[in-house]
Amino acid sequence: MTDPRSDRRRPADARDRHWYIDKFFEILMFLCGISAILFVVGIFLFVFREGLGFILQDMNFSEFFFSPKWRPTSLVRPTYGILAMVAGTAAVTVLAMAICLPVSIGAAIYIAEFAKGRTRETLKILIEFLAAIPSVVWGFIALSIMNPLIIDLFDAPMGLGVLNSALILALMAAPIVTSLAEDAFKAVPDTYREAAEALGATRWQAIRQVVLPAARNGLLSAGLLGVGRAFGETMAILMSSGHSINIPTSIFDSFRALTATIAAELGETAVGSPHYRALFAIGIFLFLITFLINMAADFIVRGVRKG
Amino acid sequence: MVDPRIQVRNLSIAYGNRRVLEDVTLDVHANEILGIIGPANSGKTSFLNAINRMDKMRPDMRITGSILINGIDTRAWRNLYALRRRIGVVFPLPVGLPLTVYDNVALAPRLAGTAGSREDLDERVERCLRRAALWDEVKDRLHHLGSLLSGGQQQRLTIARALSQSPEILMLDEFSIAVDPVTTMRIEEALKTLKTEMTIILVTNLVQQAHRLADRTAFFLNGALVEVGVTEPMFHGQTRDPRTSDYIEGKFG
Repeated sequence: MTDPRSDRRRPADARDRHWYIDKFFEILMFLCGISAILFVVGIFLFVFREGLGFILQDMNFSEFFFSPKWRPTSLVRPTYGILAMVAGTAAVTVLAMAICLPVSIGAAIYIAEFAKGRTRETLKILIEFLAAIPSVVWGFIALSIMNPLIIDLFDAPMGLGVLNSALILALMAAPIVTSLAEDAFKAVPDTYREAAEALGATRWQAIRQVVLPAARNGLLSAGLLGVGRAFGETMAILMSSGHSINIPTSIFDSFRALTATIAAELGETAVGSPHYRALFAIGIFLFLITFLINMAADFIVRGVRKG
Repeated sequence: MVDPRIQVRNLSIAYGNRRVLEDVTLDVHANEILGIIGPANSGKTSFLNAINRMDKMRPDMRITGSILINGIDTRAWRNLYALRRRIGVVFPLPVGLPLTVYDNVALAPRLAGTAGSREDLDERVERCLRRAALWDEVKDRLHHLGSLLSGGQQQRLTIARALSQSPEILMLDEFSIAVDPVTTMRIEEALKTLKTEMTIILVTNLVQQAHRLADRTAFFLNGALVEVGVTEPMFHGQTRDPRTSDYIEGKFG
């Protein structure tokens, strides 16, 4: 009241200061958002730069994609064929998903539709716990538990191979697929279930006829992210696959994954050598595939729905 | 002459410790429209939920007293789905299931396994849509998503869906809340015809709607049934409880 201005004007309040803080955080958040894009573009450029030389100079296109012979250290004639690794990665991803998807979606249906109270909470915590297990621990389980188990159960000569890797990958992908699928079920309004049950539908009929179709997009994207997870996994595969270059013809065959090859060999190559750059070319290939999978998942989530 | 299709005796409903309906006793006669009026929170919707045993979906919902349908206690039904099949329900906001118009109406027959041949099902879908006064508007887009219809059309679609299982009892919960007046009138006309085939319970927030449609009207207030009686005299001031005439005349509520 002593200041003559305060009589006529409204006194400055907290909002006048907060205006600056507001602006500051707006810029900060903008930078955070932009940085995600910058990092992705940066990584892509780096991998591309290292691999591009190989693609342009040393790469024989048909050898790279259609030859199963990966002999980068051959003194006579090095060959860089990734067919065996592509086949191995594809086989293990398909088998892993064939195991993981039914179990995960079943688990998600149970958690979202049937489980109540403490059962539900306990299950969710356990599934999150499963997601937190480091991949090297999974690899350890593959080597020391699954390996002898597969040998004993199936009388196989070796327990490392497609089946072992697929089981481990299925377990690793299960938590993320389960929790995404559960989100998809939770996003279906309860009014749908009530409407179906008011028509005399049983619980299972309501889920089968109404909830599953309504959650279809979410389930598809959950599955695709599971595929991406299995496809990109490295350490657990390296430890469970047997790591031999071989087009697998049975689920007990050893194989080598694209990711594991990079992890195992990159440290032992001379920077800039054709071998080094060939590994980066594999990196570009992996990058493009995972990019496509994620894009597909994204498009499905947005809902390319038809009337 | 009076054929009590539903007999409600001393019905009380509570969610946890909150009582929403207290000691309601009333009959619903066959082939009548029973209007239920009353302000919000007076237990009207819970009353409907108790009849088709939707309490099973709300674990905290507790029901005491008894409800007899055709003389059989609803709790004697071990297979609830068999009970619900006899009752069609229309919710306040249309629930267009994520299916086509056709599949929405064909859902109940398919669930029941009584869909029969394609021609039979086509005919049944058409009949239900006609009775819900929707056929002319959707006959050219039966295979479009039901959720793309307008709000009023969706509400009539839910009525067609409720009719598709040939219910003995049709319960409508404030069906006109999201519907324009013209559609409301069309649905009301349809209900007058349907009455000859089934028993209808109409919960409404529009007092005049009860006046237009209901043979008898029940007035719920704060979880209690104030009175139930023949509609016409009630709307001409012949009420047993002064609160009923006050509500009907719009003095509160």
